[in-house]
Order: sequence, then structure tokens, then C-alpha cells
Amino acid sequence: MEVTLKIFRYNPEVDKKWHYETYNLDVDEKERILDLLELVKGHHDGTLSFRRSCAHGVCGSDAMRINGRNHLACKTLVRDVGDKITVEPLLGLKVVKDLIVDMEPFFDNYKKVLPYFINESPLPADGKERLQSPEQRARFDETTKCILCAACTTSCPSFWGSDDYLGPAALVTAHRFIFDSRDEAAAQRMQIISETSGLARCHTAFNCTMACPREIQITKAIGELKMATITGKVS
Amino acid sequence: MVSKMNVHQFDVVVVGAGGAGLMAGLYASRGAKTAVISKLYPTRSHTGAAQGGISAALGNYEEDKPEWHTYDTVKGSDYLGDQDAIEFMTNEAIDAVLELEHMGLPFDRTPEGKISQRPFGGHTNNETGKPVRRAAHAADRTGHMILQTLYQQCLKNKVNFFDEYQVLDFLIVDGKAAGVVAVELATGELHTFHAKAVIFATGGHGRIFEVTSNAYAYTGDGAAILLRKGLPLEDMEFFQFHPTGIYKLGILITEAVRGEGGVLINGKGERFMPKYAPSVKDLASRDVVSRAIYTEIRAGNGANGKNYVYLDVRPESVNKYAALDGRTNPDGTPYTITGEQVLAKLPDIIDFCRVYLGVDPVTQMMPIQPTAHYTMGGIPTNKFGEVVIDDKNTAFPGLFAAGECACVSVHGGNRLGTNSLLDLVVFGKHAGLKAAEYANKADFQKLPDDAESGARSQFDAIRSASGKENAFDISTEMKKVMFDDVGIYRNEKGMTEALEKVRSLKERFKHVRVTDTGKVFNTELLNTWELGNMLDVAEVVASCALNREESRGGHSREDYPERDDQNWLKHTLVWKKDGKVSIGYKPVVITKYQPKKRVY
Repeated sequence: MEVTLKIFRYNPEVDKKWHYETYNLDVDEKERILDLLELVKGHHDGTLSFRRSCAHGVCGSDAMRINGRNHLACKTLVRDVGDKITVEPLLGLKVVKDLIVDMEPFFDNYKKVLPYFINESPLPADGKERLQSPEQRARFDETTKCILCAACTTSCPSFWGSDDYLGPAALVTAHRFIFDSRDEAAAQRMQIISETSGLARCHTAFNCTMACPREIQITKAIGELKMATITGKVS
Repeated sequence: MVSKMNVHQFDVVVVGAGGAGLMAGLYASRGAKTAVISKLYPTRSHTGAAQGGISAALGNYEEDKPEWHTYDTVKGSDYLGDQDAIEFMTNEAIDAVLELEHMGLPFDRTPEGKISQRPFGGHTNNETGKPVRRAAHAADRTGHMILQTLYQQCLKNKVNFFDEYQVLDFLIVDGKAAGVVAVELATGELHTFHAKAVIFATGGHGRIFEVTSNAYAYTGDGAAILLRKGLPLEDMEFFQFHPTGIYKLGILITEAVRGEGGVLINGKGERFMPKYAPSVKDLASRDVVSRAIYTEIRAGNGANGKNYVYLDVRPESVNKYAALDGRTNPDGTPYTITGEQVLAKLPDIIDFCRVYLGVDPVTQMMPIQPTAHYTMGGIPTNKFGEVVIDDKNTAFPGLFAAGECACVSVHGGNRLGTNSLLDLVVFGKHAGLKAAEYANKADFQKLPDDAESGARSQFDAIRSASGKENAFDISTEMKKVMFDDVGIYRNEKGMTEALEKVRSLKERFKHVRVTDTGKVFNTELLNTWELGNMLDVAEVVASCALNREESRGGHSREDYPERDDQNWLKHTLVWKKDGKVSIGYKPVVITKYQPKKRVY
């Protein structure tokens, strides 16, 4: 089918200002938006730049705005978005070149919530695994799915309007550890996310949940964290 | 000139930040000043795409032991794996998996709260011959959880990362490792990493094939860099084609689908694996299953007359065949599964099928075909991750490799599912330990005056090419000929033509066009450089495959259909010397298990 692909372009070494370029392509409706970008890069304009790696929605490299909403380019098919397709970089992070944004602020926020398992107690005497019931494991299953693609954080109006909001992805990571029965640093993390740059900035716009390519119920997870600050319980 | 700003000094430099690189970085950094350099953000690495599990004889549901794991791996390798290294790996497996749990990895759990395990192809109870639950898992995203957990532990332990730096060259001074040169993607600046020890953990090269489960990043960079430095690669003819990739796209559908009871069905609606593997049927090892699928397709039994078959995990099918097979739960009751359980055990697979195929596996069969999946060959190492460079296993001072880019060899002719995650955790750790130990005894080699020259000249060659040729087209042609003629079934005529084709593509590559003249994220230049690596690797893969006149593991010759232990029970070593491919051999280490016919 014929599609019109409009792509946000910006080359910092050449352009004073961003612009759009439009490509008319003959593609299959089952092709990924990433396939279209590869086609443009391969046959129309080699300078087009974007990140990609796994090409099936698990590495988180190619989050971008497609027809105004955040998606992974490799997990969005032409038939999902129709024959008029506009591709733009994520909002709220500085555009470096074309569809590539500066991810450092995003990862800096991730690093603020102690994004690693903490348990300084002695290991089980037999050297084997720490026990965890299937129910305890299920409690944080959802938030272990995060691939750090930034689709959620960069869809969040509070993140756009703030220099220091941790953003949904960092809160998802905090949730993954806070609700893990084996982890011992819930109180420290609760303190970090209870500061003004944390939970209080979430105004339940639900954009994050809509944007998540892993279908994580992010707003719900943040709600559970908010509830925990009130009740003081994380079970 | 080299800017002083751009020279960094570390005792150990790790190239690549997938499972092996992160594990190496974590362990090396405990004993030496260490940096991890990656062309991707670490969490984008391809380890994250691994699905079904990591094997260890934990015995959490039923009796299991490392000896059985050893034998299964030796048999799976079609006797080409080095048995000392395999035994080392399977003995370390239990502690390796427990260590991941101690690091916080969210494994699924048994009712008693232990790590849950599922059956996988080729892993058996050696007494009954039946599949054994050996694959420790976190839903169908076990690799994702390993990658995340290791990255998180590296952050906790303050490992130094250089994210989005592409290593272009390996520095050798007086026959020893001296460091690497990398380009910073965001600026285009070259950086020299002066190091006593270098660990390559750069992953595989599945992108040389048309239909592949592998990430775009899998372009064989590490292998190609060392090949150009005159070092050998091992067993490059051995590449694994995973039986179940999504039709046309190649996206992986984990073997865990069959572990949970899924079966393969041909176009006539028949379950065909019992014909090829009467004992373990759909859970035979991957080379056997991929060949069976192709044999069915060639016999006209593909679905709708095309080159695919079905993978069926609909509960009614699973329950029907489980009853026929007499499969039971650990408590002896008949094995059954519900739609909800399929969804809970295989959420990502369900998601992939819905997104890419518009198929719901709970109610519909999945169209699948074999997909290029795993590099068994690679940079030769011993079990401590030291790179060895000849038939006497002489170590190259200061150079280490681990993970998919390395060939220890624990996978030999065919890797068992779940052994790759185990490989990268075990050998990543030991490479890290050994590199730190080496660095603490060694001195820095003096850097050459113009350390960047080798890297710069590679880019200059691409930039100054005449520009007649399109990289996208060269790449497409290479992938097609490699998949068609150096794929699952191989013969002399096809491979001879493929090799000629790859060589002509290499010639055309000399005239490739790069239009982007910028420095900031010049992805065109980088992707073109990666294509050069793939062409170099494809040439040795095709050469070694043409050279090995037998069938073993993933290497299936139509013109030499039998395994030939008399002449070919040996590893291939391959060099590029003066532009020509040169092939040698080294012996296989056989300790306990003499080669015998391989039946599943």
C-alpha cells in the first residue's frame, strides 16, 4: 500500500532549526514503522538517524512519537496507524539528531531511586535461594517488565513541565523493588520518591499507562506507591 | 593527533554490556580499575531478548544432577564440545543461578518458594530419557531479567560505563593487549582506552542471515576486529537455526512453548516430531527440530504449500498430546494446562503473536519457520576466558572473551536451549576474575604514537570510497545468499556460489557510498562499518562450512549427510592471512563420553 511518511528532521551540524521531510513509500501493511525508517535510510536518505536494536519490542531503543503518541517503532505496524504517518522524537528530552534524543536525564532519574536489589542480611545457611512464595513474586511481576524505553516518562505532562520530576519509569523501578518481599531498602526508596520531585508530581493523567509498550499499569503502580506513603505499608 | 582528553586508562576494559560483559565488569571491578564500553545502552543488549530460561541441575521439582547436564550438553553438541569445559560449566551452574537469585533476580517460584524450573529441548533425566525440569525461568523474559539484574548490580557497585561508544580497533603492542580505540557516537570523537587487559563480550553475528531472531546490533564486531588483527576464530561453520521463529520476521518464539507442552503441526494437521525423535519428540535439540521442519516442508507438508509449519499451544492440543505422551506433573497427576496458565507463563510470546501476526496463541496456531539464532563458533578461549590462538591453546597475553562472541567450546556443533544464558554468566564471571588477576600482575604496554590510526583508517576507507554502491543493497544480498545457501541445509555447489557472492559483495563494498559527513550520531557510517564486519564474518562462515565435509550438529551437508568422527572430530580454526582465508584444526577435549550415535 502507498503511505506518506513524514519524519521530523534535525541535524545539529547543518540545520539552524528542525523541519519535516516527507517520503512516499510503497509498503506492506504488516511492516513495522521501524522497517519504513530502515527503508528511508537505506534508499532515500542515509543521514536519517534513529536508535534501534532488537526490532521486536524488548530492548527499548526505538521509542518515538508516531502520529502524536509514544510507541516503539518496531512494535507498531503500518496497519495500526494508517497510511498517513508522522514520526517525531520523544518530547521532554533534548533532540540530538533527527529521532535521537538525549537519554542521560532519563537514566539519571532511574539511578536516583536505588535501582538495584538491596538485602544485606546473611544468605540462607544452606547457600540456596531466598524463599519467596508465588504470591509474593506476583506482587511486583508487572513492574519487572519495564524496558526503560522512556515512552511513559516522555508522555507525562508533569515531566514536560518540570526540571526535576523523577517521572513514571523511575517510579516503576522503585515499585519493582519496594514490593519485592526480599528487598530491605523499601523505606529508603519511599523517602526518595516522597520528596517533592517524586510521587507528588503525578497527577494521574494516565498518559504513561497509555504509552507503555509493555502494557504495564503504571498509574496503578504509582497509586500503590502513593497508598504506601499514607499507610506506611508496602505489602 | 591524539587529544589527551580522549585517552582513558583502566586496568581492565570490557567491550560489550550484555550478560557476559556485565558479569565480567562486575567481577573485574572488584579487583581492578575497570570500564565497560558498549555501543548500546547496556539495557538494550541482546541478552534481554532471551526468553525461556537458564539451566542448572537445581532439582527443585524432581531429581537432577550436574552429570546429567554435562552429558546432555555433550550429546547436544554432537560431541564437538570440549568436555572439560562443559563439565566446568554445568558444575558451576547451580551456584551461578543461585547467585543471580541472591542479586535479586525475580525468578518464578515453586509452591514452596524455590526457583521454578521448566523442561527444555535436549535436557533429560539420563536414566529415564525423559525431559527434566532444568530451566530456571522468569516468565518468558528470563534474559531481560538477567540483563536488568546484572546492570543494576553494576550500578550498585559503581562500575564505570561508557555507553554508546563503538569499539573499532584492538591495540596490540609487543604481542600483548594494550587497549582499544572507540568512537563516541554522540560526538564522533575517537577515544583511546589504554588497558592492561581487554575482554571482548561483543555478542554474535546472526544479522548475516536474512531471517534471524537477532538484534540489529548483532554484526560480529568483536570477531571481525580480531580476525583483522590476525587472530583466529573457531568453529565458525557452526551456527544455530532455532526451529520456531515467527514466519518471515524471524522473531523468536521460545522453546519454553514446547516445554509447557506445545507441539509442532504440519500443513496436514499432523504432529510430526515423533517421526524424528521418538523419545523426547518436540523437545529434541534445536538442530534436530529445525531439520525436521525443513524436511516436512520439502516433502510438501508445509502449511498452505508454503515454507512454514505451526506451533500449537492451544490448551486443548497441549492436553490431548500430554495425555497421549503420558506426561505428568511432579506429583504424578496428569499434566494439563488452561488458557490462563498459557497467558501467565508465556505473556511476551502471546504479545508478539498478537502484535506481529494478529494471531492469539491461546485460540490459534502460530505460523513458524526456523530462524538464524545463535553463534556457536567465535573467538577461541579456554574455560577462564583467556583467548587462545593456536592448536596448542597458547593464550594471548591480556586478551579475554566471553559470551556468544567466544567459543570455549561448550556448545560444539549445537547449543542446547538455556545453556547460552548459563555460558555468559559462568564465563563472564571467570573472564572478569582472570582479567583482573592478569592486570594486577602486568604492566601497561606503551601506547603507540598514533594509537587511533587503525580506527581512523577504517573510517577513512569507507568515507573515501567511490560511492557507486548502496550499503543497504549489499547487505540485503549478503543476508539472502547466506540464509539460502549457508543455512540449515548446505551443499558444495550452493556454498561455493555463496562464497563467490560474498567475495563479490566485499569487492562492491570497497565502493560503498556514505552520504552523511557529520560527526554527531553518524549512524550511516557506523552501520556501514558494521556491514564490513558482517561481510568479513560471512566469508569465514561460508569458507569453514564448505571446508567441513561431514554433517554434525547445526552443520548439515546434503552431500555429506553423516557425522564423520574419523576425519572431523576436531575444531576448525580460521585466520585471514594476506587477504586469504586459512584453515587449521585443533583437537576436541574428550574426557568421559566417547562419541556415539545421537538419537533423541
